[in-house]
Amino acid sequence: MNGIHDMGGMDGFGAVVVEENEPVFHERWEARVFGMRLLALVSRPANIDAGRHAIERIDPVDYLGLGYYGRWLRALEMQLVELGFLAQDELDARLAGRRVESGPPPPTPSEPGNPSAQREIESAPAFATGQRVRTRNLQPRGHTRLPAYARARRGVVAIVQPAFVLPDTHAHGLGEQPEYVYSVRFEGRELWGERAEPATCVHLDLFESYLEAEG
Amino acid sequence: MGGGDPRETSRPDLALRVEALEAILQEKGLIDPQAVDGLIRAFEQDIGPMNGARVVARAWVDPDYKRRLLSDGTAAIVELGFGGPQGERMIVVENTPQVHNVVVCTLCSCYPWPVLGLPPAWYKSPAYRSRVVREPRAVLAEMGLELSEDVEIRVWDSSAEVRYLVLPERPPGSKSLGEDELAARVTRDAMIGVAKAGDA
Repeated sequence: MNGIHDMGGMDGFGAVVVEENEPVFHERWEARVFGMRLLALVSRPANIDAGRHAIERIDPVDYLGLGYYGRWLRALEMQLVELGFLAQDELDARLAGRRVESGPPPPTPSEPGNPSAQREIESAPAFATGQRVRTRNLQPRGHTRLPAYARARRGVVAIVQPAFVLPDTHAHGLGEQPEYVYSVRFEGRELWGERAEPATCVHLDLFESYLEAEG
Repeated sequence: MGGGDPRETSRPDLALRVEALEAILQEKGLIDPQAVDGLIRAFEQDIGPMNGARVVARAWVDPDYKRRLLSDGTAAIVELGFGGPQGERMIVVENTPQVHNVVVCTLCSCYPWPVLGLPPAWYKSPAYRSRVVREPRAVLAEMGLELSEDVEIRVWDSSAEVRYLVLPERPPGSKSLGEDELAARVTRDAMIGVAKAGDA
């Protein structure tokens, strides 16, 4: 989806500010939400792609205002409700001091899935190292890992990676549909035109169906 | 949180919400608070840039290890005991006098947890994610690393499940140092690619 999360190349966010001696977590609630979301997503019938897409579906104003672990919290709540582990109003009722009827009975947790997204597939890779490729101008409404700044751009395959679960389908419960991934090198000029800095390039890891051969 | 300020502001409202959520999940038997404690402890104490620094220092002193690290990063990092979530497929990219590598995730904040731990706030900030792909020279210069235009800058946008670790150049004048002393000079920022490894 063309959401606020797809930030590569945007203007207006200012300077990168570095905090010296930064702690791993600034506040305890950040640590708790990190641990809870990691455990919930690892051991329940959810997946990392659906988890990333949940963050992308947060209202864009909230996305920026909540900060990183605030987004984790919002996405965790969304997914728990969608998966039937939490009733829609259960958390708000608790916060308002109301004793709520227990939410829906939690579904039986499924077995933990394979934690790695890498897969062996039968077919051979469609592209080879050194081959010129072009990204398709895909504009899906759902989840994708093809950033907007690299659509319909020409590059060269630098590394042929193994096959991985396709996030575009997996995030939506449409199966793993594994594909080869390619690290594609794009020259700065191809991506940013006149604004490109000299002697810069970007490598992106792109799924096979994002690419077509460039003549 | 503004784009420029990487610090999460204090959010008592979110703290209360998290507390309530954890209580509900615990009542439902969906979360074991001790398991949450264990995960937090692991990322606060055991999983961090000191792991990546071991990998880099070994590569600096052992040419065979360096060769293995650059040809199969995943296996060479597992050799030193580091693996797990967000490190299942690792590629190590080498900085040289001609090529400087720097890592980002523009779409979320993907990061090689087993070797670097959890990312710093600036790595997750809209400012870094939006800018480093388009103007890496400007961003690196602002962060204190000026690179000549003779040096090619390669930005690795971790858009799939491969995670990247930068192998910095060994600092000049560090010949006499042993592996442990070298490891102490390898910073997190050098392994992301926004700094050089400390001078000896």
